[in-house]
Amino acid sequence: MSDNQGPVWEVFVQKKAGQPFVHCGSLHAFDKEMALQNARDLYTRRSEGMSLWVVPSNAITASSPEDQGPFFESANDKVYRHPTFYQIPDAIGHM
Amino acid sequence: METINFENVFEGKLAKNEMVEPKDWMPENYRKHLIRQISQHAHSEIVGMLPEGNWITRAPSLRSKIVLLAKVQDEGGHGLYLYTAAETLGISRDELLDNLHTGKAKYSSIFNYPTLTWADIGAVGWLVDGAAIMNQVMLQRASYGPYARAMVRICKEESFHQRQGFEVMTRLAFGTTEQKEMAQDALNRWWYPTMMMFGPPDAESPNSENAMKWRIKRETNDQLRQKFVNQTVPQVEYLGLTVPDAQLKWNEEKKGYDFSEPNWAEFKQIISGNGPCNKERLAARNKAHHDGEWVRAAAMAHAKKKNEVYEAA
Repeated sequence: MSDNQGPVWEVFVQKKAGQPFVHCGSLHAFDKEMALQNARDLYTRRSEGMSLWVVPSNAITASSPEDQGPFFESANDKVYRHPTFYQIPDAIGHM
Repeated sequence: METINFENVFEGKLAKNEMVEPKDWMPENYRKHLIRQISQHAHSEIVGMLPEGNWITRAPSLRSKIVLLAKVQDEGGHGLYLYTAAETLGISRDELLDNLHTGKAKYSSIFNYPTLTWADIGAVGWLVDGAAIMNQVMLQRASYGPYARAMVRICKEESFHQRQGFEVMTRLAFGTTEQKEMAQDALNRWWYPTMMMFGPPDAESPNSENAMKWRIKRETNDQLRQKFVNQTVPQVEYLGLTVPDAQLKWNEEKKGYDFSEPNWAEFKQIISGNGPCNKERLAARNKAHHDGEWVRAAAMAHAKKKNEVYEAA
């Protein structure tokens, strides 16, 4: 079947200045201007954001769920990266 | 080397109430079930724009007109959230729309009833959206991530839909005698079709068992129907209207109402294409899609041309 809908774009919304952009969904559009306008009409009808990113879906590379274990494993045995690994004497109070 | 048993991983996720995501392994039947359910849901949102859109030009005030416009626009948005959720399962938007337009895919039976008076717009928002909310609140915890997340967005927006419908009903029910009669007439016509929205009785529902097993649904059709009646009857009483069911009675033992089942033979007729408006709805959808053809072609040509200019520069 022919493609009549244009490519898929991923939409990221920033709620307030200073906050991170959060993925909120996707949509179809033929170009980036249209993607931005559609994102506004589809995902911010109730002032849910003050800034939008649209990214072509095929530009995103995702890690694969099957490799989740080995891929992230190397962080698991590095407890010394957390502050709770270290003992601080009570006498000095908060550090 | 350790091999992963994907089926165990999938079952483990369901058991731990974790979400299944698009790239995760899933049984083929689970994928098929979701495509069917999510696309039917999406089609219902889009077709649902038609009976209400029918009254936009005839809304009795500017206020009610802007409210109805916003409501119908939301329904379009809900359809789009759901279509993109369905697409994560590996089916294209064109294919989804084609299934709707050729009559291969179904949509909610409720939208094959006509909206004859302004009171019907009140009844649709109040009852139909009320029933939809009951179903959708449950679906926010569905096991498939993109579906559940679309539901969270939709539920946030639905509550306005139900309230605006109830407001229309309130104005009519507390208005002139004729207005109150109009409200009662709409309730009479929409009560049973709304009850059908939850689907056939559990014993005869072909898809329920899998939907529950896979944690797509967490409450059965009959449980949701009972919940809806319990919640709605006091609202009918507030309006001073009467539920068109002589058997309706509070049952202290089950702490819920006893009520009559809708006419399931009528339900079967409607989902097999023979309701009062099935042909009209499909024709309207096909016409809208056909009339929009040149817009899609122009947008595609414009994007292509701009890309060429960009690449040449």
